[in-house]
Amino acid sequence: MAASMSNVDEIRNRVILNEFGVRNVHTTDFPGNYPGYDDAWDQKKFERNFRIDVIHMDESTLEFDMVGIDAAIANAFRRILLAEVPTMAVEKVFIYNNTSIIQDEILAHRLGLIPIKADPRLFEYRNSGDDEGTEIDTIQLQLKIKCTRNPRATKDSSDPSELYLNHMVYSRDMKWVPIGNQADVFPEGSIGPVHGDILLAQLRPGQELDIIMHCVKGIGKDHAKFSPVATASYRLLPEITLLQPVEGEKAERLKRCFSPGVIEVENIGGKQVAKVVNSRLDTCSREVLRHDDLKNLVKLGRVRDHFIFSVESTGILPPEVLVSEAIKVLMAKCQKFLGELDSAEME
Amino acid sequence: MAGVEDKKPVLEMVQADGADDGCVTFVLHEEDHTLGNALRYVVMKNPDVEFCGYSITHPSESKINFRIQTRGGLPATEPLRKGLNDLTEVCQHVLNTFEVRVKEFREQQGEAME
Repeated sequence: MAASMSNVDEIRNRVILNEFGVRNVHTTDFPGNYPGYDDAWDQKKFERNFRIDVIHMDESTLEFDMVGIDAAIANAFRRILLAEVPTMAVEKVFIYNNTSIIQDEILAHRLGLIPIKADPRLFEYRNSGDDEGTEIDTIQLQLKIKCTRNPRATKDSSDPSELYLNHMVYSRDMKWVPIGNQADVFPEGSIGPVHGDILLAQLRPGQELDIIMHCVKGIGKDHAKFSPVATASYRLLPEITLLQPVEGEKAERLKRCFSPGVIEVENIGGKQVAKVVNSRLDTCSREVLRHDDLKNLVKLGRVRDHFIFSVESTGILPPEVLVSEAIKVLMAKCQKFLGELDSAEME
Repeated sequence: MAGVEDKKPVLEMVQADGADDGCVTFVLHEEDHTLGNALRYVVMKNPDVEFCGYSITHPSESKINFRIQTRGGLPATEPLRKGLNDLTEVCQHVLNTFEVRVKEFREQQGEAME
């Protein structure tokens, strides 16, 4: 608890939220900064204090706590999730016919943004300058659709979905065309759009689309369409400490300053007393600091090394796989530069 | 340009005239805050390092200048190597812990379903 912590420990371990700013934002626990502390890197100590707790997991979202790591490294994982975990996305669009009202370039852009279900780990990056593509670096999709009148429509109908056939083009109309041995390697239905119900274009009788698409492997740094997450973020665990007992009307008002469930009012010996129940739920709004009679009764802080991660996948890979892949990407970066260092010393 | 391919450098070392091996600016190509800040943190955790910092030279250039100054004439490549090794070890531990915990969570959920 912050109240029982020494001043130095508070500076090292907590971010303090004040009325006019946030204190102790930066990491300061480096060797030589604090007398009496051994801040040199110690892998054993790190492993002893490090912890991960999975809070919630389903096929598209993941929430977990990562405790005992510095923001620099946690942020690296977050940044890699957003921009450096590869996926497959439509990159080349060959339009053989487009008589719809949506322009070629707009349609091509829309196609690019559709999440493509295919395991990027089974593919290679396409070499720059290669326009053809091979079975190891390209997925071919075809969108061939024509709108016609519905011969069975009732005479006085005005509903387009009754009058016409194929007047709405959805992502499910993109059909996978295997290249080379892909048909043997990947089971049928394993490759295609993640969501079938994304509206791509609307047609009227006589209009048609005839398009071939090449999906390639890429990363979010190059184009956001390659990003494997809808969002990936973390927040620090809030810590709310009551410095004095808060009773009566003040307790009720204190409760309303925070998110629901953070503070509850209990009846102790006929008095209404406020109590911090679950500070994790707080949004850290600092509303309480606007009340002059309340602001000196509470201390608002966040635990510096407790990260509440939230990862939402686009559905291409499960979120837990994405996190594993992100960690591997950071390891690969380190190994790359270690290799470079070694080869530089050989020369 | 058949066959002759200019390989882009990945890592360069820049030293000021007359500076010793302990003061080096490493140029890490195709990197940004992701590796820069994480690596700066672990390198600064090394007591042999007097100064460590990085900067992105320009938003349109995809490289960072990573500066290390050491104490007692230690070559700057040593803390960089140690930093990269430490960061790899951290990642390995985080990865192992994460995979174990995800597996445990799945089993728990499976039990709850039964």
